[in-house]
Amino acid sequence: MEEEMHTDAKIRAETGAGSSPRGPGCSLRHFACEQNLLSRPDGSASFLQGVAEKSRERLIRNTCEAVVLGTLHPRTSITVVLQVVSDAGSLLACCLNAACMALVDAGVPMRALFCGVTCALDSDGTLVLDPTSKQEKEARAVLTFAVDNVERKLLMSSTKGLFSDAELQQCLAATQAASQHVFRFYRESLQRRYSKS
Amino acid sequence: MAEAASVAAECLAGCRARGARSVLGQVVLPGEELLLPEQEDAEGPGGAGERPLSLNAGARSRVRVICGPGLRRCGDRLLVTKCGRLRHKEPGGGGGGVYWVDSQQKRYVPVKGDHVIGIVTAKSGDIFKVDVGGSEPASLSYLSFEGATKRNRPNVQVGDLIYGQFVVANKDMEPEMVCIDSCGRANGMGVIGQDGLLFKVTLGLIRKLLAPDCEIIQEVGKLYPLEIVFGMNGRIWVKAKTIQQTLILANILEACEHMTSDQRKQIFSRLAES
Repeated sequence: MEEEMHTDAKIRAETGAGSSPRGPGCSLRHFACEQNLLSRPDGSASFLQGVAEKSRERLIRNTCEAVVLGTLHPRTSITVVLQVVSDAGSLLACCLNAACMALVDAGVPMRALFCGVTCALDSDGTLVLDPTSKQEKEARAVLTFAVDNVERKLLMSSTKGLFSDAELQQCLAATQAASQHVFRFYRESLQRRYSKS
Repeated sequence: MAEAASVAAECLAGCRARGARSVLGQVVLPGEELLLPEQEDAEGPGGAGERPLSLNAGARSRVRVICGPGLRRCGDRLLVTKCGRLRHKEPGGGGGGVYWVDSQQKRYVPVKGDHVIGIVTAKSGDIFKVDVGGSEPASLSYLSFEGATKRNRPNVQVGDLIYGQFVVANKDMEPEMVCIDSCGRANGMGVIGQDGLLFKVTLGLIRKLLAPDCEIIQEVGKLYPLEIVFGMNGRIWVKAKTIQQTLILANILEACEHMTSDQRKQIFSRLAES
């Protein structure tokens, strides 16, 4: 397993987008923006910042596509918009959970629910679930998995860093156990919502 | 590793399919599988219970169960695809009845037979394009009005409100609606009159308001004389004598979703006094 190139994508996610001075000593990567690309909504824009964000979008999209019953809505596009309010670590897992809840709230037919869980392995080999930003930065490896609620099958995995095969299996097992708590939380919050009516 | 394996086994065991009867009225989540009643009897607790002797062994009488919104057939079980409360309606004649999931949703998906309120967005030749809140505009032919002929065209302009029902509504084709019923009579459908206010609510609220024994509508009717049209696509058109009354009614109906019946009665009594 090779180390991914270190990027400062996390920092970008926290601060708002702004114009970038391209002077010397500027550590911002290239970014591009396109506006008014959709005709239906009042406004739309696409912002491309480096490769990391694109891959995160692709991961979330692939997970959603695996779970949403797209055959019931041909010639229709389902758009999921995720806005980062604050980033305290485990960002990808949080995005996956938010996307799942939004799809359920919209009434999009799905074949299962999914949740994201992040594990961090530090230099001693101890496993930390749902790490903070500091723990992620100091970790030797950070692994994010998405599992579904039918048979806890793995839907998506995104890994960064060095780890052994046994450690991977250990993280997977811990993720599947932790996903139980997340699904129980989904169930409770949805029950609370339906009990109001 | 052994611990992890046992925990994983617990998780799998917890996802076993449940009988549909036992979950009625409870919140179900996408991905759950439900067993239909006659299967439940056969797969009883460990199979060690008593089973009635059937004369033709091996042939189970299949009861026809209709799979409503939010459920899909998956082998011989029902797979839940939307989150909501599971409901069941006993059959009138033979058959096993209907199962469906009562979900709260804002987005409408056209269904054949639904009565909806649409807004005419375009007139192209003999067809009107009507926006019904789905992913595609529905088409409405000018001949689908009561008493319309090629010489006697209906007076429909762009921007008019139409109350009609779907005759064609599936995922593969553009939805088509008409303003006459199968006998050729309007039956309340057609262009909705001048003035009034159109507003949007969730689909669950519309179903609640259209239920046979809904108190809200009776109470609203006692407040002011009004005209009201409910579209299954989440749109309500209201008209009362003055603009102020119309706005009050619109606000009450929108707020009904979040109010308990006590709060509602309070508001109605306060309005009735003033």
